Amino acid sequence: MWKTILRRLMIMVPEVIILSILVFLLAKAMPGDPFTGSINPKADPAQIKHLMAINGLNDPWYQQYWNWVVHLFHGNLGNSYQYQEPVTRLIEGRAGNTLWLAFFSMVLTYAFALPMGVFAGRHEGKLPDVIIRFYTYVTYCIPFFVILVLGIWIFGYVFGWFPTTGSVSSDAQGWAQTIGSHFYHILLPGILGALFSTVNIVQYLRSEVIDAKHSDYVRTARSKGVPSKDIYRHHIFRNSLLPIAAFAGYSITGLLNGSIFTETVFSYPGMGLLFVNSISYRDYTVITALVLIFGLLNLLGTLLSDIILSIVDPRIRIE
Amino acid sequence: METESNFLNIKDVSTAFKIDGQFYDAISHINLQVQHDEILAIVGESGCGKSTLATTIMGLHDPEETKISGEIDFEGTDLLQLDDDGYNKFRGAKIGMIFQDPLSALNPLKRVEDQISEVMDYHTTLTKAEKHTRVLELLDEVGIVNPQRTAHQFPHELSGGMRQRVVIAIAIACKPDLIIADEPTTALDVTIQAQILDVLRDIQKENHAGIILITHDLGVVAETADRVAVMYAGQIVEQGTAEQIFNTPEHPYTRSLLRSMPQRDNEGDDLYVIKGNVPSLQKMPSTGDRFAPRIPWVPESAHEADPVMHEIAPGHEVRCTCYKTFQFPDQKKGSVTV
Repeated sequence: MWKTILRRLMIMVPEVIILSILVFLLAKAMPGDPFTGSINPKADPAQIKHLMAINGLNDPWYQQYWNWVVHLFHGNLGNSYQYQEPVTRLIEGRAGNTLWLAFFSMVLTYAFALPMGVFAGRHEGKLPDVIIRFYTYVTYCIPFFVILVLGIWIFGYVFGWFPTTGSVSSDAQGWAQTIGSHFYHILLPGILGALFSTVNIVQYLRSEVIDAKHSDYVRTARSKGVPSKDIYRHHIFRNSLLPIAAFAGYSITGLLNGSIFTETVFSYPGMGLLFVNSISYRDYTVITALVLIFGLLNLLGTLLSDIILSIVDPRIRIE
Repeated sequence: METESNFLNIKDVSTAFKIDGQFYDAISHINLQVQHDEILAIVGESGCGKSTLATTIMGLHDPEETKISGEIDFEGTDLLQLDDDGYNKFRGAKIGMIFQDPLSALNPLKRVEDQISEVMDYHTTLTKAEKHTRVLELLDEVGIVNPQRTAHQFPHELSGGMRQRVVIAIAIACKPDLIIADEPTTALDVTIQAQILDVLRDIQKENHAGIILITHDLGVVAETADRVAVMYAGQIVEQGTAEQIFNTPEHPYTRSLLRSMPQRDNEGDDLYVIKGNVPSLQKMPSTGDRFAPRIPWVPESAHEADPVMHEIAPGHEVRCTCYKTFQFPDQKKGSVTV
């Protein structure tokens, strides 16, 4: 067990190094520079060149990369060109928002998806299954941002049940009201995100349950005289939840990616919105920092998946 | 054949599967008896309905997709009249089933011990400790060398032979009166096959169980069976004692099967090949001899219009009258005219 995890952690070291190089180079490969748009359009090109030079943007890439890594180890991600503020402080202020939204959305996703998937699989071909499948197909066909915009329009504008922008209302006073207001603001984006991300899990779980239902070991269990409900409890659920559990790590990544859409549409001040803005401003330091963070979370997600899988599936363990 | 010792009496059982909204017989009008202390082998090629018969006895068919008629009298109870809960009192307790593929038949996520003691959870009142002892006893009985160790392993850690032993241990855990073994040795290599068959015989001696052994391997039948029923296209075409079937086979299908089996006296010769295939369920002829299309040189007049079983010796029954004049084409005599 521990061996598997240790081995898995060691694989991460080269992964992180390669990731950091890639992230850095990709950001550099973007056309444009951080200054042209942000200062007077009539500025002297020579001055821009000068700015590039003193910021080290003309050095060869490996030197720039090395400087970046050295700073990284000092906890210094540089200054944002756009906000003229340390990147760390910029991200600190937004990471919490994004993580809360992602966490809430994930809890809801599983709360919806697990019962739906199991129920649909168990009653394969019956009315509830048809309804659930219809829901998943429809949701799957609509692009995520359309769902978000429709959601805002219907529930935020037409009914006016939910706030449509921001992460907390400005007139919230005291900690209780602040937390309440925060929660109120993540409710709609969280639910919409969950509705969208349930689809894959429901479909997957449904077909896993159907597979398990027709498997030989379930037939063995029936020939042992195990009643149907116990077969579901002891054999089908656990075996079909296995790939879902393994999927959980990856789904964290998916939620963070989703945050880019959600936060942009809801003008929700999180890392996703910050990312989109930084790209349009060529704010290299912020972009690289954010992509690195997303990349690291990705790696953590896969690590988590592998660890979960090695716990729940005895076949994966390395003795 | 209706004697006191027949504890299993299968009377006129047919099982039909639903295909595109229509029901088609996979087995039709099966009559079989099983006694204590006997191994009844059911042989036939793939698709002849052997496994369907087994799963029908076990009640493993989805009632919405199948239609079962007839009567399966098991120690005085008609199994076909039972609901699922009623059936569960028999499954595992009085009827044990051994499946063909021992890897997929075991739950990959449960330890061997849990899979074996699960049967006892439902049919006995043993305590946890007693069940543990019984599991070790069973593993020992089926020939596993280190029961303590195996009990704590997962199926993927075992070899094919050991898995099959575990599957057998599950089937016999509650000392059932009837054991249905559906191709128990097909997935195993020859040396392990022999050991598994030995285990089956030992268990039978100890428990006085009746065994239905389903196989397409005539070698296995010759080695183990007391009685043999030959199935073709969902019907029993011949049944009798093992001696009767092997020494005086009558039905053309039985004779074809035996001729297509490598033996000492046909070494070096080309083996006989039965031309054609078992008809699919939808194309099964409703009247006439179902084997007739595969022996086209036999004139139609030799077959019965609606073939029935004829008792030709005590305990030896053959379907249709065509056996009387049947000859293989290469040994044709004047008696057969084409």
